[in-house]
Amino acid sequence: MSVLALEIGWGWMLAFKALVILLIVPLGALVLGYTFLLKMMSHMQSRLGPMDPGGFHGWFQLVGDGLKFLQKEDIIPEDADRRVFAFAPVIVVISTFLMFVVIPIGPVAIVANLDVGVFYALAVSSLSVIGVLMAGWSSANKFALMGALRAAGQLIAYELPLLLAVVGVVMQAGTMSLQGIVSAQQNGSIFGWSGIGNPFIFTQIIGFLLFMIAAQAELSQTPFDMPVAESELVAGYMVEYSGFRFLFFFIGEFGTATAFAALAATLFLGGWSLPGVHGLPAELLGPLVLFVKLMGVAFLMFWVRFTYPRLREDQLQAIAWKFLIPIALANIIVTAIIKVAF
Amino acid sequence: MAFKLPGLIGGLGITFKTMLQGAVTVQYPHEKEQPPARSRGVIALHEDNCTSCMLCSRACPDWCIYIEGHKEERPARREGGRPRAVNLLDRFDIDYALCMYCGICVEVCPFDALFWSPEYEYSEPNIASLLHNKDRLGEWFHTVPEVEPLEVGAAPVAKAKK
Repeated sequence: MSVLALEIGWGWMLAFKALVILLIVPLGALVLGYTFLLKMMSHMQSRLGPMDPGGFHGWFQLVGDGLKFLQKEDIIPEDADRRVFAFAPVIVVISTFLMFVVIPIGPVAIVANLDVGVFYALAVSSLSVIGVLMAGWSSANKFALMGALRAAGQLIAYELPLLLAVVGVVMQAGTMSLQGIVSAQQNGSIFGWSGIGNPFIFTQIIGFLLFMIAAQAELSQTPFDMPVAESELVAGYMVEYSGFRFLFFFIGEFGTATAFAALAATLFLGGWSLPGVHGLPAELLGPLVLFVKLMGVAFLMFWVRFTYPRLREDQLQAIAWKFLIPIALANIIVTAIIKVAF
Repeated sequence: MAFKLPGLIGGLGITFKTMLQGAVTVQYPHEKEQPPARSRGVIALHEDNCTSCMLCSRACPDWCIYIEGHKEERPARREGGRPRAVNLLDRFDIDYALCMYCGICVEVCPFDALFWSPEYEYSEPNIASLLHNKDRLGEWFHTVPEVEPLEVGAAPVAKAKK
Protein backbone atom coordinates (compact mmCIF):
# COMPACT_ATOMS: atom_id res chain seq x y z
CA MET A 1 0.00 0.00 0.00
CA SER A 2 2.97 2.28 -0.40
CA VAL A 3 1.30 3.84 -3.42
CA LEU A 4 -1.15 5.57 -1.14
CA ALA A 5 1.80 6.81 0.93
CA LEU A 6 0.50 4.97 3.91
CA GLU A 7 2.76 2.90 6.06
CA ILE A 8 0.75 0.72 8.38
CA GLY A 9 1.70 -2.37 10.30
CA TRP A 10 1.03 -5.79 8.82
CA GLY A 11 -1.46 -6.57 11.57
CA TRP A 12 -3.68 -3.65 10.68
CA MET A 13 -3.15 -4.40 7.03
CA LEU A 14 -4.31 -7.97 7.57
CA ALA A 15 -7.31 -6.80 9.54
CA PHE A 16 -8.18 -4.33 6.81
CA LYS A 17 -7.88 -6.94 4.08
CA ALA A 18 -9.97 -9.43 6.06
CA LEU A 19 -12.63 -6.76 6.57
CA VAL A 20 -12.72 -5.95 2.86
CA ILE A 21 -13.10 -9.61 1.95
CA LEU A 22 -15.77 -10.09 4.60
CA LEU A 23 -17.68 -7.15 3.15
CA ILE A 24 -17.13 -7.98 -0.51
CA VAL A 25 -18.86 -11.36 -0.47
CA PRO A 26 -22.23 -10.30 1.01
CA LEU A 27 -22.08 -7.02 -0.90
CA GLY A 28 -21.36 -8.79 -4.17
CA ALA A 29 -24.16 -11.23 -3.44
CA LEU A 30 -26.51 -8.31 -2.76
CA VAL A 31 -25.55 -6.36 -5.87
CA LEU A 32 -25.74 -9.35 -8.19
CA GLY A 33 -28.88 -10.70 -6.55
CA TYR A 34 -30.62 -7.36 -6.80
CA THR A 35 -29.47 -6.35 -10.27
CA PHE A 36 -29.91 -9.67 -11.97
CA LEU A 37 -32.11 -12.00 -9.94
CA LEU A 38 -34.67 -9.38 -8.95
CA LYS A 39 -34.50 -6.77 -11.68
CA MET A 40 -33.10 -8.24 -14.88
CA MET A 41 -35.05 -11.49 -14.58
CA SER A 42 -38.24 -9.53 -13.91
CA HIS A 43 -37.78 -7.38 -16.97
CA MET A 44 -36.99 -10.42 -19.08
CA GLN A 45 -40.39 -11.71 -17.97
CA SER A 46 -42.16 -8.41 -18.72
CA ARG A 47 -42.61 -7.50 -15.07
CA LEU A 48 -41.02 -5.01 -12.73
CA GLY A 49 -39.91 -7.02 -9.73
CA PRO A 50 -39.96 -5.47 -6.25
CA MET A 51 -40.63 -1.74 -6.46
CA ASP A 52 -41.52 -0.59 -2.96
CA PRO A 53 -38.89 -1.64 -0.37
CA GLY A 54 -36.42 1.17 0.20
CA GLY A 55 -38.30 3.63 -1.94
CA PHE A 56 -36.27 3.46 -5.13
CA HIS A 57 -37.05 0.42 -7.30
CA GLY A 58 -37.09 -1.90 -4.31
CA TRP A 59 -33.35 -1.78 -3.68
CA PHE A 60 -33.87 -2.73 -0.04
CA GLN A 61 -35.69 -5.98 -0.86
CA LEU A 62 -32.71 -8.33 -0.50
CA VAL A 63 -31.43 -6.61 2.65
CA GLY A 64 -34.90 -7.03 4.11
CA ASP A 65 -34.94 -10.68 3.08
CA GLY A 66 -31.58 -11.17 4.74
CA LEU A 67 -32.80 -9.57 7.97
CA LYS A 68 -35.87 -11.79 7.83
CA PHE A 69 -33.72 -14.92 7.49
CA LEU A 70 -31.62 -13.81 10.47
CA GLN A 71 -34.58 -13.70 12.83
CA LYS A 72 -36.02 -17.04 11.76
CA GLU A 73 -35.73 -20.16 13.85
CA ASP A 74 -32.67 -22.29 13.22
CA ILE A 75 -34.30 -25.66 12.55
CA ILE A 76 -32.21 -28.82 12.55
CA PRO A 77 -34.07 -32.03 11.66
CA GLU A 78 -34.24 -34.71 14.33
CA ASP A 79 -32.38 -37.35 12.33
CA ALA A 80 -29.81 -34.93 11.01
CA ASP A 81 -26.14 -35.26 11.81
CA ARG A 82 -26.22 -32.07 13.82
CA ARG A 83 -22.62 -30.91 13.72
CA VAL A 84 -22.11 -31.66 10.04
CA PHE A 85 -25.48 -30.16 9.20
CA ALA A 86 -24.65 -26.96 11.05
CA PHE A 87 -21.18 -26.65 9.60
CA ALA A 88 -21.93 -27.38 5.92
CA PRO A 89 -23.13 -23.89 4.89
CA VAL A 90 -20.06 -22.37 6.53
CA ILE A 91 -17.78 -24.42 4.28
CA VAL A 92 -19.67 -23.28 1.20
CA VAL A 93 -19.29 -19.64 2.21
CA ILE A 94 -15.63 -20.10 3.23
CA SER A 95 -14.82 -21.39 -0.24
CA THR A 96 -16.35 -18.21 -1.64
CA PHE A 97 -14.36 -16.01 0.72
CA LEU A 98 -11.13 -17.80 -0.16
CA MET A 99 -11.61 -17.16 -3.87
CA PHE A 100 -11.44 -13.41 -3.33
CA VAL A 101 -8.03 -13.71 -1.74
CA VAL A 102 -6.22 -13.80 -5.09
CA ILE A 103 -8.43 -11.53 -7.18
CA PRO A 104 -6.63 -8.21 -7.71
CA ILE A 105 -8.55 -4.93 -7.74
CA GLY A 106 -5.56 -2.70 -8.41
CA PRO A 107 -1.81 -2.78 -9.05
CA VAL A 108 -1.10 -3.51 -5.39
CA ALA A 109 -4.60 -3.93 -4.01
CA ILE A 110 -4.71 -7.69 -3.62
CA VAL A 111 -4.85 -9.75 -0.48
CA ALA A 112 -2.18 -12.22 -1.55
CA ASN A 113 -0.47 -12.16 -4.93
CA LEU A 114 0.20 -15.88 -5.17
CA ASP A 115 2.39 -17.23 -7.93
CA VAL A 116 -0.23 -19.89 -8.56
CA GLY A 117 -3.21 -17.53 -8.28
CA VAL A 118 -5.41 -19.11 -10.93
CA PHE A 119 -4.68 -22.58 -9.67
CA TYR A 120 -5.49 -21.53 -6.11
CA ALA A 121 -8.74 -19.78 -7.09
CA LEU A 122 -10.05 -22.78 -8.99
CA ALA A 123 -8.92 -25.14 -6.25
CA VAL A 124 -10.71 -23.33 -3.43
CA SER A 125 -13.80 -22.85 -5.57
CA SER A 126 -14.20 -26.61 -5.70
CA LEU A 127 -14.10 -26.78 -1.91
CA SER A 128 -17.75 -25.84 -1.89
CA VAL A 129 -18.70 -29.26 -3.22
CA ILE A 130 -17.58 -30.71 0.12
CA GLY A 131 -19.96 -28.37 1.90
CA VAL A 132 -22.73 -29.33 -0.48
CA LEU A 133 -22.10 -33.04 0.03
CA MET A 134 -22.01 -32.56 3.79
CA ALA A 135 -25.28 -30.66 3.66
CA GLY A 136 -26.97 -33.32 1.55
CA TRP A 137 -25.70 -36.28 3.52
CA SER A 138 -26.32 -34.88 6.99
CA SER A 139 -29.86 -33.68 6.25
CA ALA A 140 -31.25 -37.24 6.42
CA ASN A 141 -33.50 -36.41 3.49
CA LYS A 142 -33.74 -38.23 0.19
CA PHE A 143 -34.13 -35.06 -1.85
CA ALA A 144 -31.14 -33.48 -0.17
CA LEU A 145 -29.03 -36.58 -0.77
CA MET A 146 -30.02 -36.78 -4.43
CA GLY A 147 -29.26 -33.11 -4.87
CA ALA A 148 -25.89 -33.41 -3.18
CA LEU A 149 -24.88 -36.38 -5.30
CA ARG A 150 -25.94 -34.59 -8.44
CA ALA A 151 -23.98 -31.55 -7.32
CA ALA A 152 -20.90 -33.66 -6.69
CA GLY A 153 -21.10 -35.37 -10.07
CA GLN A 154 -21.69 -32.08 -11.82
CA LEU A 155 -18.97 -30.10 -10.07
CA ILE A 156 -16.40 -32.83 -10.63
CA ALA A 157 -17.35 -33.08 -14.30
CA TYR A 158 -17.14 -29.35 -14.90
CA GLU A 159 -14.04 -28.67 -12.82
CA LEU A 160 -12.03 -30.16 -15.66
CA PRO A 161 -13.19 -27.96 -18.57
CA LEU A 162 -12.96 -24.98 -16.21
CA LEU A 163 -9.30 -25.67 -15.53
CA LEU A 164 -8.51 -26.60 -19.12
CA ALA A 165 -10.17 -23.42 -20.38
CA VAL A 166 -7.87 -21.37 -18.18
CA VAL A 167 -4.75 -23.19 -19.29
CA GLY A 168 -4.81 -21.33 -22.62
CA VAL A 169 -4.75 -18.00 -20.81
CA VAL A 170 -1.98 -19.15 -18.51
CA MET A 171 0.10 -20.29 -21.48
CA GLN A 172 -0.39 -17.04 -23.29
CA ALA A 173 0.44 -14.91 -20.25
CA GLY A 174 3.28 -17.18 -19.22
CA THR A 175 2.28 -16.94 -15.56
CA MET A 176 -0.34 -18.27 -13.18
CA SER A 177 -0.32 -15.18 -11.02
CA LEU A 178 -3.46 -13.14 -11.60
CA GLN A 179 -1.49 -9.88 -11.37
CA GLY A 180 0.86 -11.25 -14.02
CA ILE A 181 -2.08 -12.18 -16.24
CA VAL A 182 -3.58 -8.70 -15.84
CA SER A 183 -0.33 -6.93 -16.70
CA ALA A 184 0.23 -9.28 -19.65
CA GLN A 185 -3.13 -8.13 -20.99
CA GLN A 186 -2.56 -4.47 -20.17
CA ASN A 187 0.87 -4.28 -21.75
CA GLY A 188 0.24 -6.67 -24.59
CA SER A 189 -0.46 -5.73 -28.15
CA ILE A 190 -2.60 -7.07 -30.97
CA PHE A 191 -0.39 -7.48 -34.05
CA GLY A 192 1.77 -4.64 -32.86
CA TRP A 193 -1.14 -2.33 -32.04
CA SER A 194 -1.28 -1.72 -28.31
CA GLY A 195 -4.22 0.68 -28.19
CA ILE A 196 -6.35 -1.50 -25.94
CA GLY A 197 -3.66 -3.85 -24.73
CA ASN A 198 -4.40 -7.46 -25.49
CA PRO A 199 -7.45 -8.73 -23.62
CA PHE A 200 -7.32 -12.49 -23.86
CA ILE A 201 -10.97 -12.66 -24.84
CA PHE A 202 -9.88 -12.09 -28.44
CA THR A 203 -7.25 -14.77 -28.67
CA GLN A 204 -8.91 -17.08 -26.16
CA ILE A 205 -12.53 -16.63 -27.17
CA ILE A 206 -13.03 -20.40 -27.10
CA GLY A 207 -11.45 -20.53 -23.68
CA PHE A 208 -13.74 -17.73 -22.54
CA LEU A 209 -16.87 -19.52 -23.77
CA LEU A 210 -15.75 -22.79 -22.18
CA PHE A 211 -14.97 -20.96 -18.95
CA MET A 212 -18.40 -19.33 -18.90
CA ILE A 213 -20.22 -22.60 -19.59
CA ALA A 214 -18.22 -24.46 -16.96
CA ALA A 215 -18.63 -21.61 -14.45
CA GLN A 216 -22.35 -21.75 -15.04
CA ALA A 217 -22.28 -25.42 -14.07
CA GLU A 218 -19.99 -24.77 -11.11
CA LEU A 219 -22.49 -22.23 -9.82
CA SER A 220 -25.30 -24.74 -10.51
CA GLN A 221 -27.22 -22.09 -12.39
CA THR A 222 -29.79 -22.93 -15.03
CA PRO A 223 -29.32 -24.73 -17.49
CA PHE A 224 -27.15 -26.76 -15.12
CA ASP A 225 -29.24 -26.45 -11.97
CA MET A 226 -30.07 -30.11 -11.43
CA PRO A 227 -28.67 -30.09 -7.87
CA VAL A 228 -31.32 -27.61 -6.78
CA ALA A 229 -33.97 -28.47 -9.38
CA GLU A 230 -37.16 -27.20 -7.77
CA SER A 231 -39.52 -29.32 -9.84
CA GLU A 232 -37.65 -32.55 -9.13
CA LEU A 233 -35.82 -32.18 -5.82
CA VAL A 234 -37.69 -29.35 -4.09
CA ALA A 235 -34.47 -27.46 -3.36
CA GLY A 236 -31.86 -30.20 -3.53
CA TYR A 237 -29.25 -30.12 -0.79
CA MET A 238 -30.77 -26.95 0.71
CA VAL A 239 -34.13 -28.55 1.35
CA GLU A 240 -33.80 -28.88 5.14
CA TYR A 241 -32.12 -25.53 5.70
CA SER A 242 -33.84 -22.48 7.05
CA GLY A 243 -33.00 -19.19 8.67
CA PHE A 244 -29.45 -17.92 8.57
CA ARG A 245 -28.01 -21.21 7.34
CA PHE A 246 -30.15 -20.90 4.24
CA LEU A 247 -28.94 -17.31 4.00
CA PHE A 248 -25.39 -18.66 4.01
CA PHE A 249 -26.18 -20.83 1.02
CA PHE A 250 -27.75 -17.87 -0.75
CA ILE A 251 -24.75 -15.65 -0.06
CA GLY A 252 -22.51 -18.50 -1.12
CA GLU A 253 -24.37 -18.90 -4.40
CA PHE A 254 -24.29 -15.25 -5.41
CA GLY A 255 -20.95 -14.53 -3.78
CA THR A 256 -19.45 -17.33 -5.85
CA ALA A 257 -21.14 -15.91 -8.92
CA THR A 258 -19.43 -12.60 -8.12
CA ALA A 259 -16.11 -14.36 -7.66
CA PHE A 260 -16.38 -16.27 -10.93
CA ALA A 261 -17.45 -13.13 -12.78
CA ALA A 262 -14.46 -11.28 -11.30
CA LEU A 263 -12.19 -14.17 -12.21
CA ALA A 264 -13.47 -14.26 -15.79
CA ALA A 265 -13.10 -10.48 -16.03
CA THR A 266 -9.54 -10.77 -14.73
CA LEU A 267 -8.55 -13.65 -16.97
CA PHE A 268 -10.18 -12.56 -20.20
CA LEU A 269 -11.03 -8.86 -20.00
CA GLY A 270 -7.97 -7.41 -18.36
CA GLY A 271 -9.26 -7.21 -14.79
CA TRP A 272 -8.71 -3.86 -13.07
CA SER A 273 -6.50 -2.52 -15.84
CA LEU A 274 -7.32 0.17 -18.34
CA PRO A 275 -4.93 0.46 -21.27
CA GLY A 276 -2.39 3.16 -20.64
CA VAL A 277 -3.41 3.85 -17.04
CA HIS A 278 -0.67 3.11 -14.55
CA GLY A 279 0.32 4.02 -11.03
CA LEU A 280 -1.97 5.89 -8.66
CA PRO A 281 -4.85 6.48 -11.14
CA ALA A 282 -4.95 2.76 -11.86
CA GLU A 283 -4.99 2.10 -8.13
CA LEU A 284 -7.97 4.39 -7.65
CA LEU A 285 -9.84 3.41 -10.80
CA GLY A 286 -9.06 -0.29 -10.47
CA PRO A 287 -11.99 -1.39 -8.30
CA LEU A 288 -14.43 0.54 -10.46
CA VAL A 289 -13.06 -0.84 -13.71
CA LEU A 290 -13.12 -4.37 -12.37
CA PHE A 291 -16.66 -3.85 -11.12
CA VAL A 292 -17.86 -2.72 -14.54
CA LYS A 293 -16.21 -5.66 -16.28
CA LEU A 294 -17.50 -8.01 -13.60
CA MET A 295 -21.05 -6.80 -14.10
CA GLY A 296 -20.70 -7.33 -17.83
CA VAL A 297 -19.61 -10.91 -17.35
CA ALA A 298 -22.28 -11.49 -14.71
CA PHE A 299 -24.85 -10.15 -17.15
CA LEU A 300 -23.86 -12.88 -19.60
CA MET A 301 -24.11 -15.52 -16.86
CA PHE A 302 -27.53 -14.47 -15.70
CA TRP A 303 -28.79 -13.83 -19.20
CA VAL A 304 -28.10 -17.47 -19.96
CA ARG A 305 -29.56 -18.48 -16.62
CA PHE A 306 -32.88 -16.77 -17.25
CA THR A 307 -33.16 -17.95 -20.85
CA TYR A 308 -32.58 -21.67 -20.96
CA PRO A 309 -34.48 -24.58 -19.46
CA ARG A 310 -32.77 -27.23 -17.38
CA LEU A 311 -30.77 -30.01 -19.01
CA ARG A 312 -31.24 -33.66 -18.17
CA GLU A 313 -28.65 -35.29 -15.93
CA ASP A 314 -27.16 -37.44 -18.71
CA GLN A 315 -27.09 -34.52 -21.13
CA LEU A 316 -25.18 -32.55 -18.53
CA GLN A 317 -22.49 -35.22 -18.22
CA ALA A 318 -22.39 -35.73 -21.99
CA ILE A 319 -21.78 -32.04 -22.61
CA ALA A 320 -18.92 -31.95 -20.15
CA TRP A 321 -17.09 -35.13 -21.15
CA LYS A 322 -17.86 -35.44 -24.86
CA PHE A 323 -18.00 -31.82 -25.86
CA LEU A 324 -16.31 -29.32 -23.57
CA ILE A 325 -13.23 -31.29 -22.60
CA PRO A 326 -12.23 -32.25 -26.17
CA ILE A 327 -12.69 -28.65 -27.30
CA ALA A 328 -10.68 -27.42 -24.33
CA LEU A 329 -7.87 -29.85 -25.13
CA ALA A 330 -7.90 -28.78 -28.79
CA ASN A 331 -7.78 -25.17 -27.65
CA ILE A 332 -4.72 -25.88 -25.53
CA ILE A 333 -2.96 -27.61 -28.43
CA VAL A 334 -3.71 -24.76 -30.83
CA THR A 335 -2.60 -22.18 -28.26
CA ALA A 336 0.61 -24.11 -27.68
CA ILE A 337 1.37 -24.34 -31.40
CA ILE A 338 0.73 -20.63 -31.96
CA LYS A 339 2.72 -19.72 -28.85
CA VAL A 340 5.72 -21.70 -30.08
CA ALA A 341 5.37 -20.64 -33.72
CA PHE A 342 5.15 -16.90 -33.08
CA MET B 1 -25.95 -34.26 -29.71
CA ALA B 2 -27.59 -32.30 -32.50
CA PHE B 3 -26.27 -28.90 -33.43
CA LYS B 4 -28.63 -26.51 -31.71
CA LEU B 5 -26.66 -23.29 -31.65
CA PRO B 6 -29.01 -21.12 -33.78
CA GLY B 7 -31.92 -21.97 -31.48
CA LEU B 8 -29.87 -21.21 -28.39
CA ILE B 9 -28.85 -17.81 -29.70
CA GLY B 10 -32.40 -17.07 -30.81
CA GLY B 11 -33.54 -17.78 -27.26
CA LEU B 12 -31.06 -15.30 -25.87
CA GLY B 13 -32.34 -12.77 -28.39
CA ILE B 14 -35.91 -13.21 -27.23
CA THR B 15 -35.13 -12.63 -23.55
CA PHE B 16 -32.97 -9.63 -24.41
CA LYS B 17 -35.68 -8.08 -26.54
CA THR B 18 -38.27 -8.68 -23.85
CA MET B 19 -36.02 -7.02 -21.30
CA LEU B 20 -35.81 -3.86 -23.39
CA GLN B 21 -39.53 -3.76 -24.13
CA GLY B 22 -40.50 -2.69 -20.64
CA ALA B 23 -42.82 -4.32 -18.19
CA VAL B 24 -46.57 -4.71 -18.45
CA THR B 25 -46.99 -4.48 -14.69
CA VAL B 26 -49.53 -2.03 -13.31
CA GLN B 27 -48.29 -0.75 -9.95
CA TYR B 28 -51.64 -1.30 -8.32
CA PRO B 29 -51.94 0.95 -5.29
CA HIS B 30 -50.07 3.76 -7.07
CA GLU B 31 -51.65 3.41 -10.48
CA LYS B 32 -54.91 1.74 -11.36
CA GLU B 33 -56.05 -0.26 -14.27
CA GLN B 34 -59.27 0.80 -15.94
CA PRO B 35 -61.27 -2.41 -15.98
CA PRO B 36 -63.22 -3.12 -19.18
CA ALA B 37 -66.74 -1.73 -19.16
CA ARG B 38 -68.42 -5.09 -18.77
CA SER B 39 -66.09 -6.56 -16.17
CA ARG B 40 -67.70 -8.35 -13.26
CA GLY B 41 -66.53 -6.30 -10.32
CA VAL B 42 -69.46 -6.06 -7.98
CA ILE B 43 -73.21 -6.56 -8.26
CA ALA B 44 -75.27 -3.41 -7.82
CA LEU B 45 -78.90 -3.24 -6.79
CA HIS B 46 -81.43 -0.77 -8.12
CA GLU B 47 -83.85 -1.05 -5.24
CA ASP B 48 -86.80 0.68 -6.91
CA ASN B 49 -86.98 -2.02 -9.54
CA CYS B 50 -86.85 -4.91 -7.13
CA THR B 51 -90.11 -6.71 -6.45
CA SER B 52 -88.53 -9.16 -4.01
CA CYS B 53 -89.58 -11.98 -6.31
CA MET B 54 -86.70 -14.11 -4.97
CA LEU B 55 -85.72 -15.35 -8.42
CA CYS B 56 -82.11 -14.24 -7.98
CA SER B 57 -81.89 -15.75 -4.55
CA ARG B 58 -83.17 -19.05 -5.82
CA ALA B 59 -80.97 -19.01 -8.91
CA CYS B 60 -77.85 -18.31 -6.91
CA PRO B 61 -75.66 -21.45 -6.99
CA ASP B 62 -74.07 -20.81 -3.64
CA TRP B 63 -76.97 -19.17 -1.85
CA CYS B 64 -75.30 -15.92 -1.11
CA ILE B 65 -78.32 -13.63 -1.66
CA TYR B 66 -80.56 -13.08 1.32
CA ILE B 67 -83.94 -11.47 0.70
CA GLU B 68 -86.67 -10.66 3.15
CA GLY B 69 -89.77 -8.70 2.35
CA HIS B 70 -93.35 -8.11 3.40
CA LYS B 71 -96.58 -7.19 1.67
CA GLU B 72 -98.45 -3.99 2.15
CA GLU B 73 -101.77 -2.90 0.89
CA ARG B 74 -101.97 0.07 -1.40
CA PRO B 75 -105.12 1.88 -2.47
CA ALA B 76 -106.70 0.85 -5.74
CA ARG B 77 -105.43 2.50 -8.90
CA ARG B 78 -108.88 3.11 -10.32
CA GLU B 79 -112.09 3.92 -8.58
CA GLY B 80 -114.06 0.86 -7.58
CA GLY B 81 -111.03 -1.37 -7.89
CA ARG B 82 -109.56 -3.57 -5.23
CA PRO B 83 -106.66 -2.36 -3.09
CA ARG B 84 -103.37 -3.72 -4.37
CA ALA B 85 -100.83 -5.80 -2.48
CA VAL B 86 -97.24 -4.57 -2.95
CA ASN B 87 -94.03 -6.40 -2.07
CA LEU B 88 -91.67 -4.26 -0.05
CA LEU B 89 -88.02 -5.11 0.37
CA ASP B 90 -86.80 -5.32 3.97
CA ARG B 91 -83.50 -6.96 3.40
CA PHE B 92 -81.40 -7.58 0.33
CA ASP B 93 -77.91 -8.81 1.23
CA ILE B 94 -75.22 -10.30 -0.98
CA ASP B 95 -72.45 -12.11 0.83
CA TYR B 96 -69.37 -11.47 -1.30
CA ALA B 97 -67.45 -13.94 0.81
CA LEU B 98 -69.57 -16.62 -0.87
CA CYS B 99 -70.35 -15.02 -4.22
CA MET B 100 -68.52 -16.62 -7.14
CA TYR B 101 -69.34 -13.86 -9.62
CA CYS B 102 -71.22 -16.14 -11.98
CA GLY B 103 -73.73 -13.41 -12.74
CA ILE B 104 -76.73 -15.71 -12.88
CA CYS B 105 -78.66 -13.36 -10.58
CA VAL B 106 -78.08 -10.48 -12.98
CA GLU B 107 -79.21 -12.63 -15.91
CA VAL B 108 -82.25 -13.99 -14.16
CA CYS B 109 -83.64 -10.73 -12.79
CA PRO B 110 -86.79 -9.98 -14.82
CA PHE B 111 -87.10 -6.37 -13.58
CA ASP B 112 -83.61 -5.00 -14.26
CA ALA B 113 -82.84 -4.54 -10.60
CA LEU B 114 -79.36 -6.12 -10.61
CA PHE B 115 -76.38 -4.84 -12.60
CA TRP B 116 -72.72 -5.50 -12.94
CA SER B 117 -70.39 -2.70 -11.90
CA PRO B 118 -66.67 -2.78 -12.69
CA GLU B 119 -65.71 -1.52 -9.22
CA TYR B 120 -63.44 -3.98 -7.46
CA GLU B 121 -62.01 -2.24 -4.38
CA TYR B 122 -64.09 -3.56 -1.54
CA SER B 123 -61.83 -6.05 0.21
CA GLU B 124 -62.21 -6.17 3.98
CA PRO B 125 -60.04 -7.27 6.87
CA ASN B 126 -63.08 -8.89 8.47
CA ILE B 127 -64.93 -11.52 6.47
CA ALA B 128 -68.30 -10.55 7.95
CA SER B 129 -67.94 -7.10 6.41
CA LEU B 130 -68.18 -8.64 2.97
CA LEU B 131 -71.92 -8.97 3.49
CA HIS B 132 -73.25 -5.95 1.61
CA ASN B 133 -76.71 -4.80 2.61
CA LYS B 134 -79.16 -3.14 0.28
CA ASP B 135 -77.90 0.36 1.03
CA ARG B 136 -74.36 -0.61 0.13
CA LEU B 137 -75.57 -2.45 -2.95
CA GLY B 138 -77.57 0.63 -3.85
CA GLU B 139 -74.43 2.76 -3.65
CA TRP B 140 -72.76 0.50 -6.18
CA PHE B 141 -75.60 1.30 -8.55
CA HIS B 142 -74.14 4.78 -9.10
CA THR B 143 -71.00 3.20 -10.47
CA VAL B 144 -72.79 1.11 -13.09
CA PRO B 145 -71.58 2.35 -16.48
CA GLU B 146 -73.92 3.33 -19.28
CA VAL B 147 -74.66 0.58 -21.73
CA GLU B 148 -72.18 0.88 -24.52
CA PRO B 149 -73.61 1.72 -27.93
CA LEU B 150 -73.76 -1.17 -30.32
CA GLU B 151 -71.17 -1.49 -33.00
CA VAL B 152 -72.00 -0.12 -36.40
CA GLY B 153 -73.90 -2.74 -38.39
CA ALA B 154 -74.91 -4.79 -35.35
CA ALA B 155 -78.33 -6.44 -35.37
CA PRO B 156 -80.94 -4.28 -33.62
CA VAL B 157 -81.85 -5.21 -30.07
CA ALA B 158 -84.91 -7.46 -30.02
CA LYS B 159 -87.84 -5.64 -28.45
CA ALA B 160 -89.42 -7.27 -25.47
CA LYS B 161 -92.77 -8.77 -26.38
CA LYS B 162 -95.75 -7.20 -24.74
